[in-house]
Amino acid sequence: MKRTGAQILWESLVREGVTDVFGYPGGAILPAYDAMLGYPIRHVLVRHEQGATHMADGYARASGKVGVAIATSGPGATNMVTGIATAMMDSSPIVCITGQVGSKLIGSDAFQETDITGITLPITKHNYLVTSAEDVAPAVLEAFAVARSGRPGPVLVDITKDAQQASCEVDWDAARPNLSEALDEALPGDGDARDAIALINAAERPLILAGHGVMLSGAEREIVALAERGQIPIAVTLLGIGGVAAAHPLNLGMMGMHGEAWVNHAIQEADLLIALGMRFDDRVTGNLTTYAREARKIHVDIDRAELNKNVRVDVAIAKDLRSAVDEWLPHVVAPGTRAAWLARIDSLKGDSAVRDIQNLPDDGHLYAAHVINDLWRLTHGEALVVTDVGQHQMWEAQYYKHNRSRSLITSGGLGTMGFALPAAIGAKIACPESEVWVVVGDGGFQMTMAELATVVQEKLDINVAIINNGYLGMVRQWQEFFYDKRYAATPISGPNFAKLAEAFGIAAATVTRRADVNDAVEAARRLKRAALIDFQVEQEDSVYPMVPAGADLHKMIRRPSPIVETAAD
Amino acid sequence: MLHTFAVYVDNKPGVLNRVSSLFRRRAFNIESLTVGHTETPGVSRMTVVVDTDEYGARRLEAHLYKLVPCRRVDNITAAASIARDLALIKVAATGEARTHVMQLVDVYRARIVDVSPESLVIETTGTEDKIDSLLEVLRPYGVVEMVRTGRVAMARGASSARRSVAPPSRPAPVAAESGGDVSHGSV
Repeated sequence: MKRTGAQILWESLVREGVTDVFGYPGGAILPAYDAMLGYPIRHVLVRHEQGATHMADGYARASGKVGVAIATSGPGATNMVTGIATAMMDSSPIVCITGQVGSKLIGSDAFQETDITGITLPITKHNYLVTSAEDVAPAVLEAFAVARSGRPGPVLVDITKDAQQASCEVDWDAARPNLSEALDEALPGDGDARDAIALINAAERPLILAGHGVMLSGAEREIVALAERGQIPIAVTLLGIGGVAAAHPLNLGMMGMHGEAWVNHAIQEADLLIALGMRFDDRVTGNLTTYAREARKIHVDIDRAELNKNVRVDVAIAKDLRSAVDEWLPHVVAPGTRAAWLARIDSLKGDSAVRDIQNLPDDGHLYAAHVINDLWRLTHGEALVVTDVGQHQMWEAQYYKHNRSRSLITSGGLGTMGFALPAAIGAKIACPESEVWVVVGDGGFQMTMAELATVVQEKLDINVAIINNGYLGMVRQWQEFFYDKRYAATPISGPNFAKLAEAFGIAAATVTRRADVNDAVEAARRLKRAALIDFQVEQEDSVYPMVPAGADLHKMIRRPSPIVETAAD
Repeated sequence: MLHTFAVYVDNKPGVLNRVSSLFRRRAFNIESLTVGHTETPGVSRMTVVVDTDEYGARRLEAHLYKLVPCRRVDNITAAASIARDLALIKVAATGEARTHVMQLVDVYRARIVDVSPESLVIETTGTEDKIDSLLEVLRPYGVVEMVRTGRVAMARGASSARRSVAPPSRPAPVAAESGGDVSHGSV
């Protein structure tokens, strides 16, 4: 039976197990939209195509499935660029379908024509320009295979209008993707398991650095087994949060620019770093020339191009993390020296607890860190939290203790403001049973707040906590520390967020005192539909500790501690 | 140091752009790049020369493998290999100079492929060194125009056989029958 390219598109998606897509119609994708009605797929109408890509991304990160976003040609496609780049940096598997002008018009600067395959070439794993109905199925099926294979990432399929309209027969067997397997083969110079095991068992002060790859590989249990068997402490990256339960006694917490001080000190004192599914981003290493100088290094990543990129390592293993660690496990032992190392790390905590804002006397101000700590407590650490980018993101990472894999979704690599609300919509649709909280600054929220309408139209029970300090807070913090408090363009006004939410039909509250946090959060939780809370927090608070960009990892700016200083006087 | 890669890619529209874009965005500088057909229909071979260190070369190889249309990458820098460049050089040569130029062409085992009253066109193949050298001795006579292909290279002896190249996945029926087994190919 002949089918149109548009029908083949939807049938391909159904065959790939797609049940939900996020999109926005337009001229060049109209044939596909017309055909959509005949297929069992939920379409979420977004308010901006960037939102569609973030939703697909949030959907993918929450569920591990491939997220799908759809847009028309030209501006529809270019609006996707930020979301695609976000997914690329954070290894999130999404497939973006875009309409394209008719194949005869390509290159003629036709209405809403844009070279989206050219534009997205450096920010996709691969992309396709499909100009005939016959090529639709092979391209779409291969796109899914590419998106989810190896290191996951975004793939774009650009389909011309005439390819959507034309009809052909489909041979589904012939359309099956047949990707080169050379990618999985070891290359000369790759390290092997024996070298890694020898280093691990010989180390006196080993430390596991666990990244996003733990979750992407499904290696959560293997990492914990490795840590327990070898009595090796674990530090996590921002995207690694949740891969190892925060409550696990060997999980030290987050490393890097706003990581825990003792974690960064432990990295600098370690004699072995076991880097698992992380990529030594500049935000976690600080100054590379002084980074973990005493440590031998093992690096496992499925993407060989990450090995020896930023940090030279002793054993580089390009392999799926789970199978790599699984191979080590039977051979890993815990030498007697590990107890001393764990005790040393404990002593590195020093006065951190005293400096912790949670333990400072209540001065009547509402601090963002308080709000997040309360949110963690009230949701029993069980919520799926989606954060935006900035100070609130770091406070969330520090004070919301995630015990569940994939329970924190945040834009790490690209640092995309405006990510949180749309990504949370995707996450909620992927995991309708999860309690979803958006933690977002007043700046980032104003970038994509139009998606509140999507929340309402889709009847989603999403709670939004705006950490509202009237500043682009993280940039303000940099200005305070490094630019002599010259607050250029960082004070930002906003609407009355509660009234705004009500205008969308969303329940809302405004909180200015810590005493009111409890009730507001509980009220939002009880409500089985969307709610928004505007937390008006201390305006000029800063995130501590902080490793200034490019500084040595152990040279952190710490929160001033009046108590400690008074005691010393 | 200069690294020479032999890169096998599907012969599809836009592949050259994907490869060159990769070099650009990863901040590798291409010294030369040539591309042409291979003995396997549907597969093109690029010879890419890049100035980078050992780690850079390994990362580049890994990045190239991540390109979907890329089937195989060989770093043949260290392998015993034959590297050739082809040049066409137009020299202004009249009268006595013409005889001198023709003698030089003989010495370098080059060929004269076009003669006009005002100029000669010389074709030469060889290592880049040899061509550079020929160019130096011709320069005093007046090099009017020159074009070079850039390096093409091949390992000596039997194939390095580190990996073999599969024929293109579609529409070649062989690949479908073998379930995409890459060892099926022949290079």
